[in-house]
Amino acid sequence: MVSQMVSRLWGWFDARMPSVAQEWRKHASGYYAPKNFNFWYFFGALSMLVLVIQIVSGIFLTMNYKPDAALAFGSVEYIMRDVPGGWLIRYIHSTGASAFFLVVYLHMFRAMLYGSHRQPRELVWIFGVLIYLTLMGEAFFGYLLPWGQMSYWGAQVIVNLFGTIPFIGPDLAILIRGDYVVGDATLNRFFALHVIALPLVLLGLVAAHILALHDVGSNNPDGIEIKKHKGPDGHPLDGVPFHPYYTVKDTVGAVVFLAIFCFVLFFIPEMGGYFLEHNNFIPADPLKTPEHIAPVWYFTPYYSILRAVPPLFNSQFPGVAAMGIATMILFLLPWLDRSPVKSIRYRGPYYKWALGIFVAVFLLLGYLGVKPTTVWGQFGFDAFFLDTKDIATWVARVCTVLYFAFFILMPWYTAIDKVKPVPERTT
Amino acid sequence: MSDSEKMDPTRRNLVIATSVAGAAAGVGAALPFAASMIPSERARAAGAPVEVDLSRIAPGELAVIEWRGKPVWVIRRTKEMLDSLKGLDARLTDPGSKSSEQPKYAENAHRSENPELMVMEGVCTHLGCSPQLRSGEAKAEMGADWAGGFYCPCHGSKFDYAGRVFRGAPAPTNLKVPPYTIVSDSKLVIGEDKESKGA
Repeated sequence: MVSQMVSRLWGWFDARMPSVAQEWRKHASGYYAPKNFNFWYFFGALSMLVLVIQIVSGIFLTMNYKPDAALAFGSVEYIMRDVPGGWLIRYIHSTGASAFFLVVYLHMFRAMLYGSHRQPRELVWIFGVLIYLTLMGEAFFGYLLPWGQMSYWGAQVIVNLFGTIPFIGPDLAILIRGDYVVGDATLNRFFALHVIALPLVLLGLVAAHILALHDVGSNNPDGIEIKKHKGPDGHPLDGVPFHPYYTVKDTVGAVVFLAIFCFVLFFIPEMGGYFLEHNNFIPADPLKTPEHIAPVWYFTPYYSILRAVPPLFNSQFPGVAAMGIATMILFLLPWLDRSPVKSIRYRGPYYKWALGIFVAVFLLLGYLGVKPTTVWGQFGFDAFFLDTKDIATWVARVCTVLYFAFFILMPWYTAIDKVKPVPERTT
Repeated sequence: MSDSEKMDPTRRNLVIATSVAGAAAGVGAALPFAASMIPSERARAAGAPVEVDLSRIAPGELAVIEWRGKPVWVIRRTKEMLDSLKGLDARLTDPGSKSSEQPKYAENAHRSENPELMVMEGVCTHLGCSPQLRSGEAKAEMGADWAGGFYCPCHGSKFDYAGRVFRGAPAPTNLKVPPYTIVSDSKLVIGEDKESKGA
């Protein structure tokens, strides 16, 4: 009886708006994804889950937050102490920010493992890198809002990065801040960008990312095209419908992810100062930079690169440019990779070593970025080339060179690498 | 391209003309939004000179004064501090302050009008953090050849007691010296000097 009513209601709806069923078929029940997805394929769906978590928790935070330099810090403390469950919502949002970058980094690493950025998926990758850059902006604007010491000085440094661009820099920095120093105007506009402008851009890019993916079809751990072998029904022999197969798989992934997320949320929401830095529990003071400042962990690899490059021609722009290029170079990845195979399974030793070194270098730069440059002491000798004796600075310089070498030398080492034969069908 | 053969060029020109006009209107409409992002009249009005009572600053002490929202340091340098400036030239990026910003009267070895009284912006020329005082005793942290000065916690730039930057630091130039006037032994005005008044 009830089911009859539901089906009649659906019939009524479907007759008037058939595109809902069509889109569902196109993107879920009739979207054939390779049947050999492994662990690394959880992180796309998890990124979407975290996006939803951030939007929902963010909406509820704005109900009590005040984007005013005089009131912002206090309103966050108010959320933490007086708003019922406010601490939970705030910690969900702050933990979600770190979780977002974690799953996105793993998602990007998956692409590098299996060549998911390669032809014909270059556009999928480009939209993905745009999502990553927008996410960085979103995280940066959001970090100013609690108006703590780290918020303030982090914003000061990042806005000044733009100030180093030759000719237009100083005026551009003023345009971003809306004042000559980071102040109330800056906080107010960062709030607007954080809660509406960038989330809209993000949603649009996510839609483009998925549409572009579903047009060409998903890659897989073997890096082969499943559409080459279709059954009599016209569907790929090595594909399974996304729904129910991968919706169920991703739900399991989401449950495991949420269990870990909740552990962090309830037991170590500040992650020992890595998710929420200690200095950010002190109100912003424009006259005093904290003893040790570092960005949140997800920015530190690039921050290390910035710090490692010495000034040239009396300008700090080269370091800023190096940092900018370090992120922008990701766009070129599909064209830098010249290997005849996509997946790491069939690649030779050169790419495996290069990727391994790249990951190690990225993690090491990230580690150095949270520490002061004096963390590993100084060289005990003088030499003509030693403009600084801090050992950590020199390690960061070597890592910076290796970071860029991974990309710049890629056309060469992927082309001459010895590859294994690629199977016709998924394994 | 069978469609293009039948294309009416007059109509096509009309489409192009309306598109161009529409784009121009779009840019025009965007301008007021972009203009709203530049500093407001209120933000521009803030920035008057500030007075400092020098009698309250002891020798060797650092006073932080807010001027245009930025920290300005006023230090009464001791003889040891002034002596520490000598013989550093080889280790500095810009020992003569040739490419650094300061008023004429501060373009000398001690970078100040009065050798003892150092006035400078406590804003790192790298990316705008405020460096911190590190005395000559901080050798364990700063290295054996450290004779005292300032250390920027953000990116590790080091400066001497005249705000001159040591080589190997990300900061490209010495700390800025703002315009100032020493009115009397006990009164200093930051943000104003003879040159700026005359202009």
